Amino acid sequence: MEFTLITLLNGVSYGLLLFMLSSGLTLIFSMMGVLNFAHASFYMLGAYFAYAISIKIGFWPALVFAPLLVGLLGAMVERYGLRSVHKYGHIPELLFTFGLSYVIVELVQLIWGRSTVPYPIPASLDGPLFTLYTTTFPIYRGFMMLVALVMLVSIYLLLTRTRIGLVIQAALTHPDTVEALGHNVPRVFMLVFGGGCALAGLAGVVGGNAFVTEPGMASTLGSIIFVVVVVGGMGSLAGAFVASLLIGVLQTFAVALDYSFVTMFAKLGMAITANAAGYSLLSLTIAQVAPILPYLLLVLILIFRPRGLLGTREG
Amino acid sequence: MSKPLVFKPINLARWIIWSSFAILLILAPMMFNTGGSLSLLSQMGTLMIFGLSYNMLLGQGGMLSFGHAVYSGLGAFFSIHAMNLMTAGSMTFPVSMIPLIGGIAGMFFGVLFGYVTTKKSGTTFSMITLGMVELVFACSLMFPSFFGGEGGISTNRVIGSSFLGITYGPQIQVYYLIAFWLFISTIGMYAFTQTPLGRIVNAVRDNPERVEFIGYDTQWVRYLTLILSAFFAGIAGGLSAINFEIVTAENVSAIRSGAVLLFTFIGGVGFFFGPMIGAILGVFLTVMLSDLTKAWQLYLGVFFILIVMYAPGGIASIIMMNLRVAKFGMFKRVWPSMWKLVLAATVTTVGVILAVEMLYQRTLEATQSAVIEMFGVSIDTASSSWWLMTIIVIALGIVACAKLKGGFAQHWGDVNTEIEEQMRRAQA
Repeated sequence: MEFTLITLLNGVSYGLLLFMLSSGLTLIFSMMGVLNFAHASFYMLGAYFAYAISIKIGFWPALVFAPLLVGLLGAMVERYGLRSVHKYGHIPELLFTFGLSYVIVELVQLIWGRSTVPYPIPASLDGPLFTLYTTTFPIYRGFMMLVALVMLVSIYLLLTRTRIGLVIQAALTHPDTVEALGHNVPRVFMLVFGGGCALAGLAGVVGGNAFVTEPGMASTLGSIIFVVVVVGGMGSLAGAFVASLLIGVLQTFAVALDYSFVTMFAKLGMAITANAAGYSLLSLTIAQVAPILPYLLLVLILIFRPRGLLGTREG
Repeated sequence: MSKPLVFKPINLARWIIWSSFAILLILAPMMFNTGGSLSLLSQMGTLMIFGLSYNMLLGQGGMLSFGHAVYSGLGAFFSIHAMNLMTAGSMTFPVSMIPLIGGIAGMFFGVLFGYVTTKKSGTTFSMITLGMVELVFACSLMFPSFFGGEGGISTNRVIGSSFLGITYGPQIQVYYLIAFWLFISTIGMYAFTQTPLGRIVNAVRDNPERVEFIGYDTQWVRYLTLILSAFFAGIAGGLSAINFEIVTAENVSAIRSGAVLLFTFIGGVGFFFGPMIGAILGVFLTVMLSDLTKAWQLYLGVFFILIVMYAPGGIASIIMMNLRVAKFGMFKRVWPSMWKLVLAATVTTVGVILAVEMLYQRTLEATQSAVIEMFGVSIDTASSSWWLMTIIVIALGIVACAKLKGGFAQHWGDVNTEIEEQMRRAQA
């Protein structure tokens, strides 16, 4: 019980972090058709900017300025890079962001070095939030969840309750009509791209010190968020939310479970020895297969439900 | 029964091109015979097959795969296990045919994974291939008995007694093995572009909807192409297993897949021979540039972005476009604006390289010395005057580029429209 609850909480907080990343990716994708391969790189930039700002003026200003800075950078990338590639089609756009992810990793190494940087959790958020039976739940995990939920609600309100949100929603489906009504659609695109990058940057600010801030952090998370977006259904924000939580909980549980087929059969009274057929496969514990679970889920979803959990478009 | 009359003149140009390619492959080790050049040539040969097989997907099928190394890497693993079995004496097979094992293994996994990945096209396909490569890479760490864990699997390519004096001990024999496979694979892949499947996959790339309307299953076309491409990738994997005598998990990683994407695209996806240019450049960059500077991946990334933005056809298209302009005798019309732009771009490049190298010296090796040697001068990275000069050079270069770009684009556009007009008239 205790284990289940704590793992569930950890899984949800990880899932919410994934959602902070995948929401931006989904927004950009559904709006512009651009799959931002460098999205996780903006997450990494968020963490590094927050580190640089927090050692100068502290964590709280970093929480505000780092995402803004990342968003500004994202908008610049859209304005001066992506926009000129747009005429060649979606594949060159994807290639552009792919090249960008290379360059960002190298620039980060150029500026902050190749090893991990000490980006700590602020002292005011360091400590236990509550104790469940015997395990404590850290404040910072709770703070991460809070930030993610606030972000979720504000995106929802922004998209449904404000004028700009309505323009964005309209431009999702009918960009030509919106342009004909006198709205500057390229600027809306730039805003959305910058906004999506800022969300990734925000995830980096809170995720960078919860996990680790290093040049490899983009590639470790990068492929997972693509899985989230495909599993949830391309371009579906709600789908991304469900898939993020699903994958977050799935991975957190799997890492903590140390069972394999061998132990299962042993419980049933059947002993499997090392020379049995397929022993190396049967002796793998769930914790060992944890890294491949998201990708396995992706394959299964594609076979049985090709448009994703909540997706609407096929193809 | 009468045989239908077919007009088939001897395609002289084709015979000349292919025989000179063969002669070039035979003569290359004699022309470049210093130290490590034989090993470089071998690597280029392998990468050429790999790049060409990748271009079957990207260039001909419009499928941007982030996971092509899966097929070459698994092919390499199967080849190396076959070689180890041969050494142990439990299997007999000629070493020269080992790449075939790699190819069949690659094809098998193409059948397996391709079924899932080719269900989608466009960007979704790319994301699924990325998931696939991560899946295989994560698996490679789970099954150390097959993938050899961190250290990989190593082997010895000299197996059994020599056949006609060929033992594959000396590198020159390995080079000719690679050259032989490169030649047949290139013919095979070129022949593929002429088959009905090769033609229809071009149509699937350009307009999948119309292809569906004329009664083809686009998913099936993509699937078949991927299987064939995986076969050739597996051959490349088998050759690299023979060449390096070691295969590690890195061979099936996303990094390796990304590298082949970079080099193929830089070489040029629009022309059949583009990936070959990419392979030559790729080996030069990874082997030689990485010796010269630690920032080589940054340069590679920036170069790639520039190609995507300004020359989406890659280096092959730059060469072919210039050749076309020269052929129509209009080169002197673009030349005045071209040389200025090239000069400005060179100035910017020199400035950026200076800045990057100085910055690297400051951040990574600041403990050693602040002075670096570049372009034959020693530069003090701690002095502000050098920094100021670098910034001025970059700024001048960028301003000049921005000023000259418009004029060049206009001349270039005019000339090319005129050429196309002439070609259309000649056709009519």
